[in-house]
Amino acid sequence: MNGQYLSRRQSKETPRTAPKGERLATSAMIASLDAEGRKTIAAPFGHALVDLAKDRDDIVGLTADLSKYTDLHVFAKAYPDRFYQMGMAEAVMISAAAGLAREGFTPFATTYAVFAARRAYDFIIMAIAEENLPVKIVCALPGLTTGYGPSHQATEDLAIMRGMPNLTIIDPCDATEIDQATRVIADHPGPVYMRLLRGQVPDVLSEYDYKFELGQAKLLRDGRDVLFVSSGLMTMRVLDAAKALQKDGVDCGVLHVPTIKPLDTATIIAEASKGGRLVVTAENHSVVGGLGEAVAATLMRAGVFVPFRQIGLPDAFLDAGALLTLHDQYGISVKALTASVKGWL
Amino acid sequence: MQSNVSLARRAYAIRRFALRMGEVQGQGYIGQALGVADVLAVSYFHAMAYRADDPTWEGRDRFYLSIGHYAIALYAALIEAGILPEDEIGTYGMDDSRMPMSGMAAYTPGMEITGGSLGHGLGIAVGAALGLKRKKNPAFVYNMLSDGELGEGSTWEAVMSAVQWKLDNLIAIVDFNDQQADGKTTAALAQMPEVGRWSAFGWFAQEVDGNDLDAVVAAFDAARHHDVAQPRVIICKSKMCKGVPFLEDREITHFVRVEPDEWTKALSILDEGKPT
Ligand SMILES: [Mg+2]
Repeated sequence: MNGQYLSRRQSKETPRTAPKGERLATSAMIASLDAEGRKTIAAPFGHALVDLAKDRDDIVGLTADLSKYTDLHVFAKAYPDRFYQMGMAEAVMISAAAGLAREGFTPFATTYAVFAARRAYDFIIMAIAEENLPVKIVCALPGLTTGYGPSHQATEDLAIMRGMPNLTIIDPCDATEIDQATRVIADHPGPVYMRLLRGQVPDVLSEYDYKFELGQAKLLRDGRDVLFVSSGLMTMRVLDAAKALQKDGVDCGVLHVPTIKPLDTATIIAEASKGGRLVVTAENHSVVGGLGEAVAATLMRAGVFVPFRQIGLPDAFLDAGALLTLHDQYGISVKALTASVKGWL
Repeated sequence: MQSNVSLARRAYAIRRFALRMGEVQGQGYIGQALGVADVLAVSYFHAMAYRADDPTWEGRDRFYLSIGHYAIALYAALIEAGILPEDEIGTYGMDDSRMPMSGMAAYTPGMEITGGSLGHGLGIAVGAALGLKRKKNPAFVYNMLSDGELGEGSTWEAVMSAVQWKLDNLIAIVDFNDQQADGKTTAALAQMPEVGRWSAFGWFAQEVDGNDLDAVVAAFDAARHHDVAQPRVIICKSKMCKGVPFLEDREITHFVRVEPDEWTKALSILDEGKPT
């Protein structure tokens, strides 16, 4: 977790040698999230929005030059007259979404998580959240989902956004959840920030008879030894880790927390209070200011004192590199997190 | 003298309400309020459609005030327009007032957006103008912004976007008093010939003396009736503290100091020049 010592930034002066043979790793912007051959669904956000828009004239889409990379192009193709290409201009995209919401529309505005959280923050908080306008900000490349480097790695978006009053924050796990959450947030009367997995998105939760409900954590599996409290794609990872740990006789529960704000404190407190378990939060986000610290504060405030560990990204500017390499390096791959948990038991 | 007596009376009333609010707090952005009163008089009593008893009437022209600190001026106009009651003047800026020092939509009928973080209003106006077009609602969106606000990059994102979407229902009003918090706007950030740069971006741009009612009326008329599908801007060169000569002559700053005994003096000087 103390990652800066691992960084390739420290060895700028050291020449490198290209490996012989096949090229296996890339720091390209768009990398496959899962190389493990999971079932996937294409563009779940875009298709859900198209489906919703059939009966909802109020739904419009805006993007700042990233429709293809947020799956909004699916909507743009189906409803060209309800799609606003705002250009590479996040401030006016967000402000215009506020203006459209003022006139009764339900705008879905898309960009990358870094650009919404970092660049457009003032516009989101003052033009949208302060007025509780129903704008849905849906952002690709959450956390460490590109090896492109810190310019595109939104490792602190949840920390930034959690400070914003009125804002609902969703970190969905997979295609099933993105489909369901898109429909639910469209009905929510206030602003929403949703992290997005796009392209071919793994489908995991359909195995669990899952139903997304705003503000609700869901226990996906129970276990005696460890309670994972996870969000986003880390829920896929801890579900796999739980299976791996089971083989070693470690019984793990998984509490999935897709709504980061408002946090389902009641369920988190109730589950963590069932004694004798190590509570392990797991998030695709910096260990600063995300789910882990939100859960820790919740438990402290409630007087629930349990063994507690955090799986998350270090408080550091992360390396460029192949995504899967980086996930191992920073401890959020199934292999790495399983090893961490074993070390803590 | 102004030839338009009824608008001159409105402007006088707006200045007077603003001075009374300034007196309540012993402070306020009175220089801006006095400077922009003529433009607000033309906006509310010549150009805009609205219903005083129904400030959210769907058919109204929208007036978006980016510059939150100009709230004192807009409250004065809203009082004169009958949207806010005159007897709330004594609450200006007080706890539990509907008229806070900086304009916020959640507090005040007729205050359409929350200003204060500069560079937001024109972008929100772009979205509202798009929304009105979607609804085939013929209303205009007016955005009043300041010269200082032209330093914000987001303003220029909105400038470009309004042209891209051919927003002929959007009218920007720049209150150009050449004053911002730290001094002269023209000394701060690459200010350029205003009509030239707005025109170059694709706007129908006019520059007028913002304290010449006839000129302001003509500019608003031209902006509303311009028949090219492009957004419109009126750069109103205004004089801080206009209408109260001893304040006009004072070394002008963003936040004009008025001594406790000077409010009465300012009101009586204003009253001496009351249009008849
Ligand atoms: Mg100024």
